[in-house]
Amino acid sequence: MTLTAPLAALGRLVLDMLASIGRIAIFAFQVVSHIFRPPFYPREFLNAVLQIGWFSLPVVGLTSLFTGGALALQIYAGGARYGAEAAVPSITAIGMVRELGPVLGGLMVAARVTSSIAAEIGTMKVTEQIDALTTLSTNPLKYLAVPRVVAAVLVVPVLVAVGDSIGIAGGWIVGINQLGFNSSTYIKNTVNFLQFWDIGSGLVKGAAFGFIIALMGVYHGMNSGRGAQGVGDATKSAVVAASVLILAANFLLTRVFFGS
Amino acid sequence: MIELRNVHKAFGSNHVLRGVDLVIPKGTSMVIIGGSGTGKSVLLKSVLGLVRPDSGTITLDGQDVTRGDRDAFLARFGMLFQGGALFDSLRVWENVAFRLRQGARKLPKDQARAIAIEKLRRVGLKEHVADQYPAELSGGMQKRVGLARAIAAEPEIIFFDEPTTGLDPIMSGVINDLIREIVTEMGATAMTITHDMTSVRAIADNVAMLHGGKVRWTGAVSGLDATDDPYVQQFIHGRAEGPIESVR
Ligand SMILES: Nc1ncnc2c1ncn2[C@@H]1O[C@H](COP(=O)(O)OP(=O)(O)OP(=O)(O)O)[C@@H](O)[C@H]1O
Ligand SMILES: [Mg+2]
Repeated sequence: MTLTAPLAALGRLVLDMLASIGRIAIFAFQVVSHIFRPPFYPREFLNAVLQIGWFSLPVVGLTSLFTGGALALQIYAGGARYGAEAAVPSITAIGMVRELGPVLGGLMVAARVTSSIAAEIGTMKVTEQIDALTTLSTNPLKYLAVPRVVAAVLVVPVLVAVGDSIGIAGGWIVGINQLGFNSSTYIKNTVNFLQFWDIGSGLVKGAAFGFIIALMGVYHGMNSGRGAQGVGDATKSAVVAASVLILAANFLLTRVFFGS
Repeated sequence: MIELRNVHKAFGSNHVLRGVDLVIPKGTSMVIIGGSGTGKSVLLKSVLGLVRPDSGTITLDGQDVTRGDRDAFLARFGMLFQGGALFDSLRVWENVAFRLRQGARKLPKDQARAIAIEKLRRVGLKEHVADQYPAELSGGMQKRVGLARAIAAEPEIIFFDEPTTGLDPIMSGVINDLIREIVTEMGATAMTITHDMTSVRAIADNVAMLHGGKVRWTGAVSGLDATDDPYVQQFIHGRAEGPIESVR
């Protein structure tokens, strides 16, 4: 142990991180480059739509419902300090569609989908199914990665839109039952206040998060270590990476969209 | 003809292949024997390009396997993986017919299914198995489905990684006959890994024994008993005592 040992360790960590960022970037580029080149696998794509989209609806719906309700309560409590309780519908809506809908939706889908993609593809890797695909003249990137990535990019914005709506409904339920709002006023305030780009920006975020969600699952699955432990580690890394990247991308996109 | 010249492969500090030289003439059946963990599976995967050798050359009909059109190259091969490597999200017949449903010469579903069922029959599996999922089958049945998948598109070169491991003696006999038949009647080139000496004698034209990362001995199967190589003798007679250490 010398004095410089911690420095060397730190340096190695940074280098490792840069190297894996590079590998992920190259992988992402490869996947994207395969999207437009045949062969295409419609059956895999539809299956991915079902797995990523349809089966995520309950978890996204519940998350949004409770979040919308809590948000309305908080805004009411906070607004009361300035006598601004009337802002509950508009601020709940904007908070939901710009931030919480996409971010919480993205994180919940990452927990559900990134983990299952990583575990499935990781298992395929350790049981040589990916090698078998290759020997059967099928490119694993085209067959496994592209359908999932494309499905996620298309489907997560839809989940975000559903989550937005349910979240706003959650705020509305709390608003009229507990905070004494009039139902039609609440709805009118929400609808009149929201602008197209409030919702649109959230959907664009959803598409970006969808890309991250599927890409991290596929990448870590395909690079899984050997055995059950390898698959476990791959799954864990995939979910952690997806979550962190979603939050980072959210910050960047928010800056780009609204940072001026 | 497949030709390996001085092929090396290490995984980290584990130097598995240390200069393998081997020739498999077209239309012959080569059997690879050797202790567990000596790199037999790695050798097959190197030829297919699933494992990239550190050095050395592997050629198919004089063409370096790492160059040229990968798709055209792989289209000539069939491979039975040691663990079966069946796609567990697909039904048995879809596994067997997988290659037939890909690419430019894609067959219609009914036709592909009929071929799959015919291949399943050849490995001793009944038609009703076709609609099951791999996870619903026994280990030996999965192995045979893998075998059916390897031969489904009638490739000219077929690799079998332990085709009879886990099968009962009668079924082993059926599979040995099938492999022999594929070579003699269809003129395929086969490379088989096996630990089963009955299989070796039934399948092989030539035998190569891998030991210490090299081909320790190679020759016609008839020479197997005649050779006085102590490694080969110990191996084929399954003796615990001899030059091959039993703790590896
Ligand atoms: N992908 C890999 N990563 C790291 N090591 C590997 C990998 N594949 C094989 N090895 C190592 O290479 C060595 C040879 O493995 P291989 O599977 O070729 O053995 P084998 O001769 O087929 O044995 P068996 O008869 O038991 O199947 C083993 O020590 C194994 O741990
Ligand atoms: Mg092996």
